[in-house]
Amino acid sequence: MADVKYTDEHEWIRIEGDVGTIGISAYAQEQLGDVVFVDVPAAGRKVAKGESVAVVESVKAASDIYAPASGEIIEANAGLAETPGDVNTEPMGKGWFFKMKLANKSELDGLMDQAAYDAFVKGLS
Amino acid sequence: MKRTPLYELHKELGARIVPFAGYEMPVQYPTGILVEHAHTRRAAGLFDVSHMGQVRLTAKSGHNAAKALETLVPGDIAGLQPGQQRYTQFTNDAGGILDDLMVTSTGDHLLLVINAACKDADLAHLQKHLSASCEIEPMFARGLLALQGPQAAQALARLAPAVATMTFMTGAFFTIEGAECYVTRSGYTGGDGYEISTPAAATDAIARKLLAQPEVKPVGLGARDSLRLEAGLCLYGHDIDTTTTPVEAVLLWSVGKERRVQGGFPGAAVVQKQIAEGAPRKRVGLLPEGKAIAREGAEIVIGGKVVGKVTSGGFAPGLERAIAMGYVEKAQSANGTKVELMVRGKPVPAEIVPMPFVKHAYYRG
Repeated sequence: MADVKYTDEHEWIRIEGDVGTIGISAYAQEQLGDVVFVDVPAAGRKVAKGESVAVVESVKAASDIYAPASGEIIEANAGLAETPGDVNTEPMGKGWFFKMKLANKSELDGLMDQAAYDAFVKGLS
Repeated sequence: MKRTPLYELHKELGARIVPFAGYEMPVQYPTGILVEHAHTRRAAGLFDVSHMGQVRLTAKSGHNAAKALETLVPGDIAGLQPGQQRYTQFTNDAGGILDDLMVTSTGDHLLLVINAACKDADLAHLQKHLSASCEIEPMFARGLLALQGPQAAQALARLAPAVATMTFMTGAFFTIEGAECYVTRSGYTGGDGYEISTPAAATDAIARKLLAQPEVKPVGLGARDSLRLEAGLCLYGHDIDTTTTPVEAVLLWSVGKERRVQGGFPGAAVVQKQIAEGAPRKRVGLLPEGKAIAREGAEIVIGGKVVGKVTSGGFAPGLERAIAMGYVEKAQSANGTKVELMVRGKPVPAEIVPMPFVKHAYYRG
């Protein structure tokens, strides 16, 4: 069972070994509205925790996606080029953004687990 | 925050409410902007635009309201026949645009529809300059509904049959659900449709009656923006403002032919000079390559040199691609000119193209 954590910017990261898969939460996609384009990072790019690595464009606005940890991008979700709406319909599934090799997993310690994130979102509405 | 007469209806319909020009307005309903946009292009969308300002001008004895209004706008208002509507702008002494508006003559008075964010300033402007010649009646509590799309006519005609034969940019009084309404065949989507001015107390019932028609679905401000951008229409405060003239904004079509010669509106000298010599810059359509969206504020670059700025940009659901409009230096403004739009620091190739992006479909009879 993979471990999923959340940032307070509404990104999720699924941790499997030293690889993290990153996307945005159901709450985030609902706030953004219809997603029409995702600018995903190129494989091989080294990123620092907190760095803007992707951009999700909805009809309304562009939003930055930040790296929840440091490491190297190993794969971007090529499918989003054709069907960016996957972010709306399956934000935790087919709508993932990119995978990265985590340089230091302890950077994830401060992130929220599912229960904490659910409470966090509840507090926003 | 102010609310329109339809606030409760928006909540019932599950709208996402956002602050806009001092009002709590629906940006979208649960179906989302893409569906709302597509529905408006295919059937009929109902928009609450009651936040916009409505003003009635009536001439005082011995005066002419149209002539009086012409001292503030470059449009041919005196030439309006009863029931005719025109688009024009309030200009300042530099030829800049204070607001853009619709003016309809009912025969014995003029009805103005002005932008929500400008309405208090516009009213003060009217009172300052026209009080001697006109009764100026703000009707800011009235409702204003826009019913837009190719099936708007059949839907509204069920409530008021005579609207079917109205032509684009005309208006008339109709009784709808027992209330006296003023209907114009106009809108802000580039398509066929109507704007319906309603007594405040009747707005909710009329909106519900329209939503009960099989063609009609509610549409929020999000799709209103994507629809008008596809139609190449200006959004005040973005594509036009006090720093842009009607000539630069390519709105010269709305300046009366005689008025170009005779002037008599604020900034006429500047506008006439630009007509004669050309404006230093021009509003153009921009078609970016690929999927990246250049939004308001993005620089327009040719050969490393900044030649202008994007004033509106977004995703065009009808074209399934990004579109934008902005201002460029006159010398660089020809259709077909290759430019780059700076999106998050990266140049995106784009081309200057004619507008509208989506063909207008007005009903001209």
